[in-house]
Amino acid sequence: MRAGSRGFIVSALAVPVILYCVLVVSPYAQSFYISMTDWNGLSPERNFVGLANYTRLVKDGVFWTSLWHNVIAVVVIPVGTLTLGLFFATMIRVGRYRARGGTLNVRGGAFYRVAYFFPHVLSIAVIGVLFANVYDPTPSGLLNGLLGVAGIDPVNWLGDKSTAYAAILAVIVWMSVGFYVVLFTSSMSAIPVELFEAARLDGATRWQTFWRLTLPLIWDTVQVAGVYLGIHALDMFAIVNVMSAAGGSGGPDNATQVLGNYLYLTAFSDSEFGYATAVGVALLLLTLLFAWVSLRLTRRERIEY
Amino acid sequence: MSLNAPSAPAVDERNPLPRDTPGDLKRPAAGPASDRTLRGTVLNVFTHGILLTWAAMVVLPLAWAVLSSFKTSDEVLANPWSLPATPRWENFVEAWTTAEIGRYFVNTAVVVTLGSALTLSMGALVAYVIARYSFRGNRAVYYLFVLGMTFPTFLAIVPLFFIARGLGLADSLIGLAIIYSVYSLPFAVFFLTAYFRTLPAALAEAAFIDGCGHWGTFLRIMLPVARPGLVSVGIFVVLGQWNQYLLPLILQSSPDNYVLTQGLANLAVSQGYAGNWSALFAGLTISILPVLVVYLSFQRQIQAGMVAGALK
Repeated sequence: MRAGSRGFIVSALAVPVILYCVLVVSPYAQSFYISMTDWNGLSPERNFVGLANYTRLVKDGVFWTSLWHNVIAVVVIPVGTLTLGLFFATMIRVGRYRARGGTLNVRGGAFYRVAYFFPHVLSIAVIGVLFANVYDPTPSGLLNGLLGVAGIDPVNWLGDKSTAYAAILAVIVWMSVGFYVVLFTSSMSAIPVELFEAARLDGATRWQTFWRLTLPLIWDTVQVAGVYLGIHALDMFAIVNVMSAAGGSGGPDNATQVLGNYLYLTAFSDSEFGYATAVGVALLLLTLLFAWVSLRLTRRERIEY
Repeated sequence: MSLNAPSAPAVDERNPLPRDTPGDLKRPAAGPASDRTLRGTVLNVFTHGILLTWAAMVVLPLAWAVLSSFKTSDEVLANPWSLPATPRWENFVEAWTTAEIGRYFVNTAVVVTLGSALTLSMGALVAYVIARYSFRGNRAVYYLFVLGMTFPTFLAIVPLFFIARGLGLADSLIGLAIIYSVYSLPFAVFFLTAYFRTLPAALAEAAFIDGCGHWGTFLRIMLPVARPGLVSVGIFVVLGQWNQYLLPLILQSSPDNYVLTQGLANLAVSQGYAGNWSALFAGLTISILPVLVVYLSFQRQIQAGMVAGALK
């Protein structure tokens, strides 16, 4: 070690580590204790109530509804996004492989990738406000306006319990697909052209080529993408808070409620900070469970090529 | 067409290529050239049809918002696709000034610029020290930061709200930038540590021999060399902070300090009640267009940077 390195290490780490401990580590650490108090945030005293918040959680119907909605999102968003992403990436990537005998991109492939990717760089809040209007219950909304042209009566997408949550999930899939199209086209372009050529000479159909050649070779990327999407699907806060009825209530009648939004409402509308933090701990457990399950499921079997 | 062909025949598990393809084998080889071209054309039309449909589904809502931003509120309510009688540029003035989108926009620019600059400078410093210096507690510091990536921010917001108020960081633009930067830090440290490890150790050695101090080596040699890594991480950090919604929602209580995301969401609720649709759509357009311009100018770098990050 060189002269003065100790001084350098200390001076380099001091500010970031202190800021990080005060603003990130300490809130996380405190939250476990706060979740075992009856703190309402207004009075300075907080009474230790043990696991009372957690027993209340187990009996709380809204909590279970929110949890169920989170679980639905964790399944539907990755499956929907990956299916569409793989489909469009294949279309762009191997669309002309028969006609040209190679894996050239389809004409205009660059345009499609640029267009598809764009929603990914917009903020979820902006997209939420936009789609709240797209889903407007009157024919002045974009979707009901288009349905009106086809002679279908307007649907109250976000106001009807049976459609509200599906409408919100569709928006997340809509904005996510583009990123995965770009990701999958670039990992497909790493597959040597000779393999597609060989499959073509063997007379493999496009369908067979996709299932037996392309998909196994990019399976690693698909798995990582699924875990990414699943972790993001555990959030859902911004989109539900912006799009759900009556200014982020998670309504109608908790039909779109998710844990993040329930936590936010419990803390900052009802001032039940102790109970809200218990919801946060439940969300952490769900995250850890998801991470554990996905680690178990995604075995690393890399195919060399 | 081959898309409707019967499903694949038996395949060796370890070898993903089909071993025998009875029937299929002859078709492409035996078909005359003109037949193949025709099939290629049909396929192309089909492919483009599907790809264009999704492109339309992406572009239509955005184009509709831009179109609506030029209409009067009555025109917005009349028909989603009618053109405005006269394009109302004053909608944008109204959104920018009366609806305060301008203020939110400037606030966001200030917070994100400061926040991502802080993230990158602290992240690079911490990552460099972790990657290049061996000292007791090196691993502990690394895992302290990396663990922060696995915890959901929701768990922290209640205590954070009170800590930030106590330190005077709540409801302040600089405070928000500092809080953004520490919450982006785990990601930056994780990726930049990996990046600094890939840089040759001989570089720093040479700098030391030439008489550079520790800070000089870091600032004048290692940082410029690490530029590609910093750009990649920077794109993620800027986008993440620009899009942040949860933290400003709990921390920025006075409308003067709102950032764009929460200001727009707030506008959507209040203008909805007031029936002022034209200002809302103008506000939406103001939030979308600058991002579109930046995106179109840098889309190659943005896509490459984000995809490289995801593949690591």
